[in-house]
Amino acid sequence: MHASRVRHERLNMFQLHEVTKVYRRREQEVVAFKACSLAITQGEYVAVVGPSGSGKTTLLSILGGMLSPDCGQVLFDGESLYDLPIAERTKRRRERIGFVFQTFNLVPYLTALENVQVPLFLNDVANAEQEERAMALLGQVGLGNRLDHKPSELSTGQQQRVALARTLANNPSVILADEPTGNLDPDSREAVLAMFDQFVREGRTIVMVTHDPAAALRATRRLTLRDGEVQEAMIRHAA
Amino acid sequence: MNLKTLVWREIWERPSAMLTSTLAILLGVTALVAIRHVTVFSEREVGQQLQSLGANVLVLPKNSTLQDYYSADLTEQTLPESHVASILLANLPGVERLSPKLCVSTKVGDRDVTLTGILPQTEFQAKAVWQTVTLFSNKHEGCKKAACGPKTYDAAPETLASQRTIDQLKGNEAVIGADVADFSGLKPGKSLTLLGEKLQVLAVLPRTGTIDDSRVFAHLHTVQRLTNSGEVVNAIEVMGCCEDAAGKLVPSLAELLPDAKVVTISQVVSTQVGINRLMSQMSLLVLGILVVVGGASVASTISSNVRERRREVGTLMALGATPSLVARMFLLKAWLLGIVGAVSGCVLGLIVAKVLGSQWAGVSVKPLPGLMGIAIVAALAVTTLAALWPARSAAKLDPCSCFQEV
Ligand SMILES: Nc1ncnc2c1ncn2[C@@H]1O[C@H](COP(=O)(O)OP(=O)(O)OP(=O)(O)O)[C@@H](O)[C@H]1O
Ligand SMILES: [Mg+2]
Repeated sequence: MHASRVRHERLNMFQLHEVTKVYRRREQEVVAFKACSLAITQGEYVAVVGPSGSGKTTLLSILGGMLSPDCGQVLFDGESLYDLPIAERTKRRRERIGFVFQTFNLVPYLTALENVQVPLFLNDVANAEQEERAMALLGQVGLGNRLDHKPSELSTGQQQRVALARTLANNPSVILADEPTGNLDPDSREAVLAMFDQFVREGRTIVMVTHDPAAALRATRRLTLRDGEVQEAMIRHAA
Repeated sequence: MNLKTLVWREIWERPSAMLTSTLAILLGVTALVAIRHVTVFSEREVGQQLQSLGANVLVLPKNSTLQDYYSADLTEQTLPESHVASILLANLPGVERLSPKLCVSTKVGDRDVTLTGILPQTEFQAKAVWQTVTLFSNKHEGCKKAACGPKTYDAAPETLASQRTIDQLKGNEAVIGADVADFSGLKPGKSLTLLGEKLQVLAVLPRTGTIDDSRVFAHLHTVQRLTNSGEVVNAIEVMGCCEDAAGKLVPSLAELLPDAKVVTISQVVSTQVGINRLMSQMSLLVLGILVVVGGASVASTISSNVRERRREVGTLMALGATPSLVARMFLLKAWLLGIVGAVSGCVLGLIVAKVLGSQWAGVSVKPLPGLMGIAIVAALAVTTLAALWPARSAAKLDPCSCFQEV
């Protein structure tokens, strides 16, 4: 195992074996996601595409340790995610995974600064350091002068930038993004994708669900889902 | 940022959402604190009355009321003084001391005072010796009070305030209450003029907080002579050796003195005791209402809060909040709600108790920290218990709801 890692020079971030997720509603079974074998290595920039209802969000939830599959194994950094107790699984997510949502999911009653502080607080970072790092991150996304604004007082693009600062707060090794550009104007969209490019350049991993063909093109790998099944398309290994 | 600021911010975003349940807790605690305060102080007052009057039986004129006795307004109705001798001669078991009284209203300077004629205990002794009756040696069967030794009758005159009898008092002497001493400036050894007679102040009584403070006590026969009322009294206080004896004395005294009204002190305060018992039961009822209404209201507020924050909770979980942290978030919210309701309820309840206590029950109420502590703890226990189930359901929310679009 160790030898193979050295040989490939890249670690497997995620490995899925025989994973199936089925929803049963009113005697009707929906196979929301199914994968015999799927690996996502460190440093990959994966675009997940497919029609609505094809299981893209289901895949992200499974990777994020938030939706246990009906069968199969999900390895995250070599650990079987769903064999961990829920508190441990939450801890992995808290320390290593960042999420980006289509609707940003900022906490409405907190200011921009406080929103960025949330993941730091959840990671037990001391208050002074929380503020310092949150201010620096908001400065990086160009919102150093909007610290005390609530989400409702920010434009859509600004909200997504606050959300990005929040995603980066705990310095994650993986970003799981569900249509991160779906609600954005072209400029804001470009800002998000530029930040993702930078993230990947640092050797980190992104799994991005997108309906946007141009955004999908910037990824190094594309997974197409159809009725819950993975169909690997075009592989374009990153340099 | 910590859990407290998170919860605090959320509350202040929409404080009106918490209004109903905070109000329910507040009103419950208010009612509880107010009723308990009035009850406790009313019970204390009754206790003091009982203590100040001892195990007494009162012998009153047939048509006078207890209210008359308390307001010392007994000038209309009288009893013959010979009743005192009748009681002495009957040698009833359990009688310890007798205190016949005759009250008249008069003035010292320009202030109204009640002049009360009393008979010193030495004169009973004289009577007893002359009539060869063993004075008050007749203990009733099973009396729990230790038998008293031979009496010496030389106690200080100030004991009148606590014992309600005086051992020695001459015909030209007077003992004055604390209020009378205050406004007249009289001291022991000085003299005062009442109804045209000069009396020497023997002692000033310690303050009792009762009507006794505005009385002037003088010898019964002096008062009878000054008011030309003949050999009469307004009331005879019969001190039993203990509470037990007082009850048994009533029928025998009633038989002995058919033209008089015989009552015990416990009868005097029985209505008050009844009201107090009712109030105690009512505070239990209010506690029940606090638990049911307050609890249900808190539970429904927190449940609907959990429901409308599903996506936020999912997002927090995606960011790494554990289920137990989510549960604590809602418990803390309920707890803050409980604290605000309970503390303001305590303050409001105390104000209500002060106003109503003096207006309805005639008692002055002071804050009872222990009682308020219990009320706050009870309110917190109710809110915590009520929020437990909604908090658990929040902890079980699906983190995937963070991906749902609004
Ligand atoms: N909680 C659920 N209960 C029942 N069925 C579900 C549930 N969540 C998803 N599904 C079903 O699973 C399938 C995959 O859903 P999923 O949300 O992953 O699709 P998606 O590819 O993200 O779609 P979209 O592009 O519209 O977001 C759908 O058919 C959906 O109806
Ligand atoms: Mg989706």
